[in-house]
Amino acid sequence: MKTPITFTLNGEEAAVFVDPGGNLLDVLRRGCGDLSPKYGCGQGGCGACTVMIDGEAHIACLTLAETVAGRRVDTAGGLADGPDLHPLQIAFMEGFAAQCGYCTPGMLMAAKALLDRNPNPTRAEVDEAISGNLCRCTGYEPIIDAILEAAKHRGAA
Amino acid sequence: MTIHHGRGFACINYPIGMNLGGDPSQALVHATPDGKFKVALSSIDLGQGIKSVGRQLAAETLGVPVEDVYVDTADSDTGPHDMGSFASRGTHRMGNAIIRAATEARRQMLEAAGEELEVDAADLVTDGRGNIHVKGAPSRSITVEDTAIAAQFTQGRTLAGRGIFLVPLSEVDADTGEMTPVSSFAHAALIVDLTVDDETGEVEVTAINSAYEVGRALNPKLVEQQLIGGAWMGVAHALYETTEPNYPDRAHGPEDFNHYLQPGPGDVVPHHISVLERPAPDAPFGGKGPGEMCANPVLPAIANGVFNAVGVECDSLPITPEKVLRGLRANGGARPQGTPGR
Repeated sequence: MKTPITFTLNGEEAAVFVDPGGNLLDVLRRGCGDLSPKYGCGQGGCGACTVMIDGEAHIACLTLAETVAGRRVDTAGGLADGPDLHPLQIAFMEGFAAQCGYCTPGMLMAAKALLDRNPNPTRAEVDEAISGNLCRCTGYEPIIDAILEAAKHRGAA
Repeated sequence: MTIHHGRGFACINYPIGMNLGGDPSQALVHATPDGKFKVALSSIDLGQGIKSVGRQLAAETLGVPVEDVYVDTADSDTGPHDMGSFASRGTHRMGNAIIRAATEARRQMLEAAGEELEVDAADLVTDGRGNIHVKGAPSRSITVEDTAIAAQFTQGRTLAGRGIFLVPLSEVDADTGEMTPVSSFAHAALIVDLTVDDETGEVEVTAINSAYEVGRALNPKLVEQQLIGGAWMGVAHALYETTEPNYPDRAHGPEDFNHYLQPGPGDVVPHHISVLERPAPDAPFGGKGPGEMCANPVLPAIANGVFNAVGVECDSLPITPEKVLRGLRANGGARPQGTPGR
């Protein structure tokens, strides 16, 4: 028995039928066609599927889809404003913070959730915010630097 | 309980490419009707950077802006044959193939431009900004776009090139066993500073200093990025990653990323890199590519550092606290091997 739910996805209304026990990642990727959250481990251990629900970072693969009914979901797919990239995306690009790019959408959303509640984080706070997100390529340093750089620019704006 | 400081050193000569049944890579370059160039490959880029570097190499060889080159790769249905992205061979093998393909396409482009300008193609040069002009006479010029249009719509000519770079199979000498398995080597030396806690057995890497000789760094930021990320992976392999359980039962093995350990963002090690550029004669514009060796020297350097700190020789990876503690017990305690670096 599928349940109809509606929620706000990147500012627009989304209406989907969800399976009982179905997870949010599946709904976003298959139901809504938003391929920006990635399927990494499916166990909540890698953070590649990180999205924001009502402004907080959540692991989409471990979130019951039904629980987002009536709430606001934001993904990396909605970060850019048309052709204008989000400051975090620019910082990631300029700072070479992506190699294969698989962790990048999750990193961006974990970072956005941090900067939205704490516009001037310390390095340790950035470490903490992305500690649930695995990256295999970069060694994390360029990602941490990019997030701090984005915070600096957002602070100036 | 004491925290012991240790320093470990390792150096590496890393081969580029492999001696299989011959080691080929192919590239195709062609101009679109608007004077842009497309490079068709079947190289795999999982972040190593062959798309970026291939684009640079093609643009540099063609003499056109890098923005006007598009690399289409990773699909063996649409790109010519490549052996693959392994053995640190991508930049070297595919880079050479791209240069050959782009050289042929450039020759055709200059011939087409020569026909339009009514001059000998040998007298033409490119300005790298999308124009072709007579050597010493910049006003006698034609854009690459107009050249492509003329070639395709009036001259009936393709602006295209085919490139292959093949390192032939090196047979083994039956008497001596000698062979030439690779065409060039990249080199590195790396020093790791670390601490070992003789109560917990925990090893913490505190600094990495390295020097890499990679021929020419074709894209210095990509080289730095790969070296930093690769060293991180080396630390992960040396100290953390294993599918084996700590106790002799498969059931205790890791099943998720909470138990299959890797260093996290809080474990980032300061890494100072010196890249030495000594362009290699057989490499594309001298670039050999850092590839796999960015991770490899970290492992022996850490093992040497642990020995330097507490006198425990670990002969298997990863160097877990359990192995360090067992080694300390076998030795009857920590045996620091002397103050490093002084």
